[in-house]
Amino acid sequence: MSHSTVAQNISHAPLARWAQELASNGSSWTQQVRQAAASRFATLGFPTTREEAWKYTNVAPIAKIPFTLAGDERAGVTDAVLARASCGPMAGHRLVFVNGQYAPELSALRPLPEGVLVGSLAAALSAHRSRVEPHLAHYASFQSHAFVALNTACMQDGAFISIPPGTSVEAPIHLLFVSTAPGQATVSSPRNLIVVDRGGQATLVESYVGGAPEVYLTNAVTEIVAGEDAVIDHYRLQQESTAAFHMALLQVHQERSSTVTSHAIALGGALVRNEVNAVLDGAGSACTLNGLFMAAGQQHVDNQTRIDHVKPYCTSRELYKGVLDGKGRGVFNGTIYVHKAAQKTNAKQTNKNLLLSPDAWIDTKPQLEIYNNDVQCGHGSTIGRLDEEALFYLRTRGIGLEEARSLLTYAFASEMLSQITIEPMRDALHEALRTWLSPLRGSQEA
Amino acid sequence: MLSIKNLHVRVDTHDILHGLELTVHAGEVHAIMGPNGSGKSTLAHVLAGRDGYEVTAGEVRYAGQDLLRLSPEERAGAGIFLAFQYPVEIPGVSSAYFLRTALNALRQRRGLQGLKARDFLALLKAKMSLVEMDQSLLDRAVNAGFSGGEKKRHEILQMAVLEPTLAILDETDSGLDIDALQIVANGVNMLRSQERAMVIITHYQRLLRYIVPDYVHVLFDGRLVKSGGKALALELEEKGYGWIEAQVARTQAVHA
Repeated sequence: MSHSTVAQNISHAPLARWAQELASNGSSWTQQVRQAAASRFATLGFPTTREEAWKYTNVAPIAKIPFTLAGDERAGVTDAVLARASCGPMAGHRLVFVNGQYAPELSALRPLPEGVLVGSLAAALSAHRSRVEPHLAHYASFQSHAFVALNTACMQDGAFISIPPGTSVEAPIHLLFVSTAPGQATVSSPRNLIVVDRGGQATLVESYVGGAPEVYLTNAVTEIVAGEDAVIDHYRLQQESTAAFHMALLQVHQERSSTVTSHAIALGGALVRNEVNAVLDGAGSACTLNGLFMAAGQQHVDNQTRIDHVKPYCTSRELYKGVLDGKGRGVFNGTIYVHKAAQKTNAKQTNKNLLLSPDAWIDTKPQLEIYNNDVQCGHGSTIGRLDEEALFYLRTRGIGLEEARSLLTYAFASEMLSQITIEPMRDALHEALRTWLSPLRGSQEA
Repeated sequence: MLSIKNLHVRVDTHDILHGLELTVHAGEVHAIMGPNGSGKSTLAHVLAGRDGYEVTAGEVRYAGQDLLRLSPEERAGAGIFLAFQYPVEIPGVSSAYFLRTALNALRQRRGLQGLKARDFLALLKAKMSLVEMDQSLLDRAVNAGFSGGEKKRHEILQMAVLEPTLAILDETDSGLDIDALQIVANGVNMLRSQERAMVIITHYQRLLRYIVPDYVHVLFDGRLVKSGGKALALELEEKGYGWIEAQVARTQAVHA
């Protein structure tokens, strides 16, 4: 990025000031990282739509809001909110974060195998430095990304999960992030680090919800490190308030023969950016990225994914589906980058979108960049409307127009839920999908 | 039950039906035969309520109502069923779910309680034997990857489940081998009743060997130009549609 572009970007003085203030806390190591990130944020400012990566997503509305830093206000954290966040009855471990801060009294951990750490990042930064510092902020780069820089500068807490070699945590680990914004617009910066060492295995759920229809910004960064032969199933459920801003980066680093599957389900938020980057940095590793994003009303959901095939014999599969209704707007920008040394890469990327209204909009840009000749790669995207033939067919069977629309939309979207292996969560998400679709069949319920 | 008077239908800028007349009573089976392009499928679709078919004159009354004012789903609710010539594939919706949703939607329209999953499955099982259909088909997406015969049997299964009062079968015989044709015909025959009328639209006489109609009509150039008993179908099979064409031309010459 040229310096002149930077100069044109949007600054946010209060956020930059907090970033500087917060950055001076903590150990000397964290101080160093935070301060570097804070000064980077001050330089970068928020991106504008003149930048290619932000062409379709205008974050100027965020810069206009006089945010305050989120405290640990618990008033909005009701059982109903937690139930919505957990998406069905939870059999596993539960860590709750309120405005990014760990809330032990709302959390429940079950017995864990020896050596496994599951808890707050803030605590781990003092108690388990040797397991945190080699990884934290090593993968998610803040050099060219304002929101990652802001998160890194402000990072106070989040989840830290560390699984030693050969250890398997069977029950899913649920990380519930609840935002409460009583009376004023707040910012929270959850920061998660998940390290699964050689041969380890874990299932993780990150879930983001808002307590009320209020304005706030969740600016989350999660780093996942999959060691050799590690197997990780990751889910990211985003059900923020429809007035919320949600900026998120998932940065995955994979070593030899590791397997990472990540599902991103985005149902909420007013302005949402969901970035997923996976770096296949070990031969024979496999990565699957699945996504479902739904936008209605005035919602804007931007998905940015990038899979870097750095080493040979790696496989990646990506399928993102978008459903856009009302004046909802979606973006899919996916890159598969095959590096020179990555022979025998096998990569497939697909984006399918369904537009339900005349004003719904999607910008889709699947991209392959290949610097090796010995690869199998494919990509494609589709944008469609509901099939008129199918609608007529259903109607001749007595199914009303709105219900028929809802049924076909459900059929399109639910494919992404059928791959979820945590059964109660899958059922709850099917229900959430039906709820999302229910305005489509208002006439049926009347 | 069904009374079509002087029906004129336009699709895009083409007048397809001009002055079609047909009366169907409960319990009757009518065959409508005609060459390609005579308006057979247009008739089927306009009765089912498809968009894009403009009725420029005439009326269709069904069970005392003006049928043309009803939406497709309301027509289904009133007891009309169209077996499609080309059944539509619906990926992602299992056949079982589709059938239950349809049945319960119809029951709701008729002021009845929806069936619970278990009761519905029992009903479905009984109906499936009617068309010799494999149970595994229920878990598959509607018509997706079905063979031609499976699609048509699936149409008849829907008819059996939804129990219409007026069934319109649009070229249900097309694309079927003789075995599948017999299975489909058996299914249809078992659904014949005093309360139910059927309109069977076909190009060939073949299907009518197995489903014996009470009346046969010849549709030609958007009108029913000849009606008779089942013998008319045989005559058409022997002579083709050419003689009808000649007859119509003569009649028109006389009128002119």
